[in-house]
Amino acid sequence: MTARRQPQTYITYFLLTIFTLLAVLPFVGILLLSFKDTSELGNGAFALPQVWRWENYVEAWQGARFGDYFQNSVIVVIPAVLIALVLALMSGYAFGTMRFRGDNVLLLLILLGLMVPFEAVIIPLWQLLGTLHLRNTYWALILPQVALSFAFGTFWLRAHFKGIPADLIDAAVVDGCGSWGVLWRVLLPLSTPALLSLIVLLFMWTWNEFLLVLVMAGGDLRTLPVGLALLRGRYATNITVMAAGATMMSLPVIIIYVIFQRHFIRGLVSGALKA
Amino acid sequence: MAGEIQERGLAVRQPSSLSTRSQSLLARLSGETTLGRRPHARPYQAYLFILPGLLLYLVFVLIPIVNTFRYSFYEWTGFSEPTYIGLDNYTNLFRDKDFWTAISHNFFFVIFYTILPILLGLFLTSLLTRQRLRGMVFFRTGLFIPYVMSPVVVGIIWRWLFALDGPINHVLDAVGLSSVARPWLGDFTFAPYATGLVGTWIEYGLCMVIFIAGAQSINEELYDTAIVFGANAWQQFRYVTLPGLRQQILVAFVITFIAAMRLFDLIFVLTSGGGPGKTTLVTSVLLYTEAFNQNHAGYATSMAVVLTVIILVVSVVVTRLQARSEAEELV
Repeated sequence: MTARRQPQTYITYFLLTIFTLLAVLPFVGILLLSFKDTSELGNGAFALPQVWRWENYVEAWQGARFGDYFQNSVIVVIPAVLIALVLALMSGYAFGTMRFRGDNVLLLLILLGLMVPFEAVIIPLWQLLGTLHLRNTYWALILPQVALSFAFGTFWLRAHFKGIPADLIDAAVVDGCGSWGVLWRVLLPLSTPALLSLIVLLFMWTWNEFLLVLVMAGGDLRTLPVGLALLRGRYATNITVMAAGATMMSLPVIIIYVIFQRHFIRGLVSGALKA
Repeated sequence: MAGEIQERGLAVRQPSSLSTRSQSLLARLSGETTLGRRPHARPYQAYLFILPGLLLYLVFVLIPIVNTFRYSFYEWTGFSEPTYIGLDNYTNLFRDKDFWTAISHNFFFVIFYTILPILLGLFLTSLLTRQRLRGMVFFRTGLFIPYVMSPVVVGIIWRWLFALDGPINHVLDAVGLSSVARPWLGDFTFAPYATGLVGTWIEYGLCMVIFIAGAQSINEELYDTAIVFGANAWQQFRYVTLPGLRQQILVAFVITFIAAMRLFDLIFVLTSGGGPGKTTLVTSVLLYTEAFNQNHAGYATSMAVVLTVIILVVSVVVTRLQARSEAEELV
């Protein structure tokens, strides 16, 4: 019955195609632009470059300092995601499988961090990191990010661990597993999809984080989004070099997104509230 | 609340589990953990597992939140000793023209960030009542791309598309509408609409994907029943699809509404922080300028408080609506 094709179905496919193209084509445009010469700007957004100018990328990487920004982004994102992951794994495990005094209060406190916008944190945070002499260090970009990701990750993994049958844990305890053993040998192997979703979401949020870096990092510590937004001098008006920078910055996110899109979307739909 | 909505979001794919989630947040958090039978951890171990993350969270999130509220009652440059001034920041805030301009722009952008994407999503969903779609993976991947990208990159792209000698004006020239062509983002009249459209472009894919997933999981028998009772396509949509999507609409509303309230990165790049003039100025940009360029840190925290309260109130109200719609389902 559902296999019967009605005209509506074709209209739906047609509109879906239009809307999908509308979402994707601007990125194709900027990708093509990143290989063009400024003299080709009038040729139409989707005209192929006359010559594929990789020089734009060299110029962005060296001249416009995208190499430095890229390095900063990697230095910040990898530890920020890994530390948050380990901390959230531990607390999500405790909240999801153990009962203890004050668990509700603690959970509500962590929930608060998910609901409150980052704007409500940034000003005292700036002062705090100044007092700790951490402003203009990578720590100023990593630690607050870890703290926010910890809140989200705790909720995410708590929900996941709650869904794992208690019998499994009981059996492991009978077999002589301690609490670490339960987490590492029993729960972790069952958690790959939940962990992947969490990792890709945290990666995307940390990679794209703007306000925190803008406020805390001086010129040498800027990550890609802030570096791109604050391009100065002749590069600020050179749209092809900017396009190359934008493409370089987007590439890691796009690659991870396309590989893990199933995890990405599941996580985004359920977790987008945090962003 | 947010957590509840998140779990609700998780349940988007499995509506059958929705009705089992009808207890209040607290009741559910206190959870009937069956795991307690043979404790695999001593009580203190739970605290040890939570402690390291909680400490970081306390220092870098919780205490700053408390301080934001506290400083909103202080005159403070960010460098000086704060002086207590009672509600002065708030009375100044409500007299501040720029603040009203900014916050009214946030609500103006709700039309583009929230209302239009939800309507577009519903329109598309209305066409596919009970049709199984193939190839959704492909569409879904594409539709989500704008949402995944950094707003900074989105800003760079649309600044190029909207530029005086940019692709949009080229197309207008080509079809003989050169009189319409203009620097869209530099135009006092059109800049807010152009900026808003970028918002719609970011969010519509999200709404479509959420709604389509929801519509595909509506029980087919409901449509059969509706047809037996002589319902036409519109009535099927109005009385079967729309109520079936209530959860998804509320989730989409909260996500996109918060995005409209928190607009920052995109404006920072797209219109260089609110231009031309102040036609696209938004609250977060004003907050940033007051705190970090004007040294009015105390004053800026009062803006952060107002923004936070708006977001919290809307999240809580919507969560209540969700709880109510679930209660109705149970009846």
